[in-house]
Amino acid sequence: MPSLLFEIGAPGRGSDFVRESGPATQFLDKSALRADLPLPDLTELDVARHFTELSHRNFSVDTNFYPLGSCTMKYNPKLNEAVSGFAGFTDLHPFAPDAGAQGAIRLLWHMERTLASLFAMEAFSLMPAAGAHGEITAMLMAKKYFKERGEHERLTCFVPDTAHGTNPASAAMVGYKVISIPSTPRGRTDLSALKAKLDGSVAVCMMTNPNTLGLFEDDIVEMTRAVHDAGGLMYYDGANANAIVGLTRPGDMGFDLMHLNLHKTFSVPHGGGGPGSGPVGASTRLAPYLPAPLAARDESGAYFWDHDRPKSIGAVRAFPAHFLAIVRAYAYIIVHGAEGLRRNSQLAVLNANYLRAKIKDVLTVPYSDYCRHEFVCSAEELKKETGVRALDLAKGLLDAGVHAPTMYWPHVVPECLMIEPTETENRHTLDAFVATLHSLVKLAHEDPAAVQQLPLHTPVRRVDEAQVGRLANKGIGLRWSPSGSGSESNGADKT
Amino acid sequence: MDLPLDLLYTKEHEWVKLDGTTATVGITDYAQSSLGDIVYVELPKPGASLEQFAQMGVIESVKAVSDIYAPVGGTIVEINGDAENDPAKVNSEPYTGGWLVKIKLADASQAKNLLDAAGYQKVVDAAAG
Amino acid sequence: MYTPHTPEDIRAMLDVIGAPSLESLTDPPSGLKIKAQLDVAPALPESDAYARIREMADENAASRMVSFLGAGAYRHYQPPAVPYFAFRSEFLTSYTPYQAEASQGSLQAIFEWQTYICLLTGMDVSNASVYDGSTALVEGVIMASQATGRRRVAISAGVNPLYRRVLATYAEGMGVEITELSVDGDGRTNVPAQIDADIAAVIVQSPNFFGVIDEMKTAAERAHAAGALAIHVTAEALSLAVLKAPRELGADIAIGDAQSFGLPIGYGGPYVGFVATTKEHVRRLPGRLVGQTHDVDGRQAYVLTLQGREQHIRRELASSNICTNQALCALIATIYLATVGRKGLTAIACANLANARALADAIAALPGFGVARHGSFFNEFVVRTPLPAKELAARLEKRGMLAGLPLQTFYPDRTHELLVCATELTTQSEIADFSRALAEECKHAVAAV
Repeated sequence: MPSLLFEIGAPGRGSDFVRESGPATQFLDKSALRADLPLPDLTELDVARHFTELSHRNFSVDTNFYPLGSCTMKYNPKLNEAVSGFAGFTDLHPFAPDAGAQGAIRLLWHMERTLASLFAMEAFSLMPAAGAHGEITAMLMAKKYFKERGEHERLTCFVPDTAHGTNPASAAMVGYKVISIPSTPRGRTDLSALKAKLDGSVAVCMMTNPNTLGLFEDDIVEMTRAVHDAGGLMYYDGANANAIVGLTRPGDMGFDLMHLNLHKTFSVPHGGGGPGSGPVGASTRLAPYLPAPLAARDESGAYFWDHDRPKSIGAVRAFPAHFLAIVRAYAYIIVHGAEGLRRNSQLAVLNANYLRAKIKDVLTVPYSDYCRHEFVCSAEELKKETGVRALDLAKGLLDAGVHAPTMYWPHVVPECLMIEPTETENRHTLDAFVATLHSLVKLAHEDPAAVQQLPLHTPVRRVDEAQVGRLANKGIGLRWSPSGSGSESNGADKT
Repeated sequence: MDLPLDLLYTKEHEWVKLDGTTATVGITDYAQSSLGDIVYVELPKPGASLEQFAQMGVIESVKAVSDIYAPVGGTIVEINGDAENDPAKVNSEPYTGGWLVKIKLADASQAKNLLDAAGYQKVVDAAAG
Repeated sequence: MYTPHTPEDIRAMLDVIGAPSLESLTDPPSGLKIKAQLDVAPALPESDAYARIREMADENAASRMVSFLGAGAYRHYQPPAVPYFAFRSEFLTSYTPYQAEASQGSLQAIFEWQTYICLLTGMDVSNASVYDGSTALVEGVIMASQATGRRRVAISAGVNPLYRRVLATYAEGMGVEITELSVDGDGRTNVPAQIDADIAAVIVQSPNFFGVIDEMKTAAERAHAAGALAIHVTAEALSLAVLKAPRELGADIAIGDAQSFGLPIGYGGPYVGFVATTKEHVRRLPGRLVGQTHDVDGRQAYVLTLQGREQHIRRELASSNICTNQALCALIATIYLATVGRKGLTAIACANLANARALADAIAALPGFGVARHGSFFNEFVVRTPLPAKELAARLEKRGMLAGLPLQTFYPDRTHELLVCATELTTQSEIADFSRALAEECKHAVAAV
């Protein structure tokens, strides 16, 4: 059981990193200074053992298969790591004069032009830090667009009932009322329901294609037309872009705004939950509202930051881009080219359909159409027959070294498992995954209680979320505290 | 599922016990079971006035957050500090120790807008189906 | 290529699927096939791609120049132990720790980050990190607005202008009003004696954008008197090592950027924001939180908690939609803090104090130059220049030096002021060369006076 850093230090340990300058009281009045700094002192070996041990308690793409629907856990190439570590990038200050940052601005400009072409958008902002950040950026743009047109009554945002939770949250953040559009029995967003609900109050309709069930929205062009006829804008949630890169383009489908997740589709590593990068694309009429500045090139071929964007919403981040994340995505794009990117999308779709075909015999697959890069299956029957739920299957997979798929979403499918293998997994891995699911389902029929006990072999087993939730709401158990500091016990002394 | 016959209910899964002009309110056994382990209860302040069916608080479980609504309009006269301090009580004793608020009724006739046990059972059946 | 499929694999898999061809599965409806020629360069083999990007990195001459730039991105020493452990595959290529059993490494590291932020800011609770200091500011404002029910904030002009621009962008969309508090000749905030009753929060950065240690205590007292919250902003996190903690100064919410803790300047990102507060406001903390609990066998374990509130859309002012934290960046900062420890962090902070004063002394001795000495500063300060600062900076650039940020970039009438920064990496000879260059470039201007 690894200790916490704060439990293993001793004063005075650690290397000398700089020459001694003497105490802070030489430079500032005591009244401005803190009396003490209660951080632990550790040797580098302490640090080495601690974080190496922690790393052994993690799943990762480099060690485990992650069939996580909507997350696109593809392999993260190490070329990306090498090039994003060049000193010419890491040591470059964001306030460096443009003339001294030509390579960096060129990279960003080229990235932006490439994305614009790949997705049929007029322009992209590389500023947002993540997908949800891109969403809120687009919502702010839509809001400003309508405000300038004097269309103040446009206050609703349409979202399919299969949407990711951040979609309505982003819409609500700018004051939009969210209207849900139901799905058809075929798993598509219901075009006639959408048409029926559309009126002059529509601002934005947020969709993803393929949708979160992994199905291509066949009526997408009609949908974009209907929303445009009602005076609204179409927003493309790029979470599922891995199914379409090089094959079709949101701009051609009629979308006005979109975001991408470079940490999904473009192989930037997830890092345990960030940093990502969520570029926002816009059609010609929305492009002026993109966050400023944009990377640009002048007639002489020199690169510069274009701050002259009078209609821009402003900025959604202090500095213009998650530059080091974008360098990784750029490396990924240039080793693949358009043909390679297209091939990746095709093989992602192939892998998903392969798994779907094999899992049909193990769990219920509710939709009869071929899927794109991901599909959903349901443990509802299994639950009725044995009491074993999707959650239990997911925990069982962990014992086999496979990360759980996305669960319980979209809500239209009960006991849902959303599976996205990505294109970088081989048949052997996919077959082993199916075999594991098969044996779990078999075990569920033989001994449901055994499945509900899983996992058995992970560093910790199922955790008590209720206990931590109750304490957390009181502000307890969210940090280590020195004993006797007044924090109530949170079990930190137990091993 | 526990469903006392002497209480009245709302379609948002609150129960009401009427005693003269005072209504004691909580959430039903079905609600606590659907929510799962409750980790937090946010109640209105004593003295607050509410319309019938207005949002009056929040119950948070490990997996979801749910609004709670006033089954009858009136003034909050008492809230259950035990439920706030120990949200697990709402799971274990939804009709007794896990009560949430007491409301002084503004208009006793509002009770007609509530469901009886049979009516609430229908709501539960529809939700589960 | 990173895909494993041989033609045999594809054929066999199509057979299992029952589809005649790959295209039959992947083609979009005919109307949506891509007809245009895509503006994407043909694929490069890996060694060419490496060389191509290397060339782009080498073109950034400014990355090699002696630099006195700060202004929200700080050049600090990164102990090699930091990237060595932070970039281990098991951290780098892992997913958000939703499955606690599979993510104890990431979860414990976040718990340690949360603790470090609390220890540094004096607060009770911290979240798992947010995108950067500017979005942390937005989150702090949302929290204060929810806590008070008010929709206006008073923010010092000494808060980093880039942060203020982001706040203005969000505020416009969210219906929050912003009032600016001016800064005096010494670079300190003019806190009104009376704060208006509709103000949700008073926001002060310290050290502020001008490098000055600002009036947080006064701002907090007056905010509280009006029923408002006090938000403390930190852009240079290293200052937390020596300056009074935000909580001690009366702040209710401490936000900022922890880029200084081992993250490269990286042309602006990614960085890492922090949001910390008192127990009273824990439920308003945005984004992810890691808590301590036990598993079924009684083992200590870490888990994401209070997740229900993340997607719940509140009536009055919608909570943040933030879905991610900056896990790897927070990890870098955590490993940095572990590696340098109290001892190292204090020494590094004091080196910043010392070098900045050496730089200030050297510049103040130059004819025609003035240094704002009235306000005490950490590692940045404003220099008054005999030439327009933009012109001076351009001339220094030709000599291979980044002189600092001309204030005119953000304050149009402050044409003869330059914001300069010295860190533990600034050497005596750099200071000497810089001073000499400044003097030489201004020789004629000064002589003419």
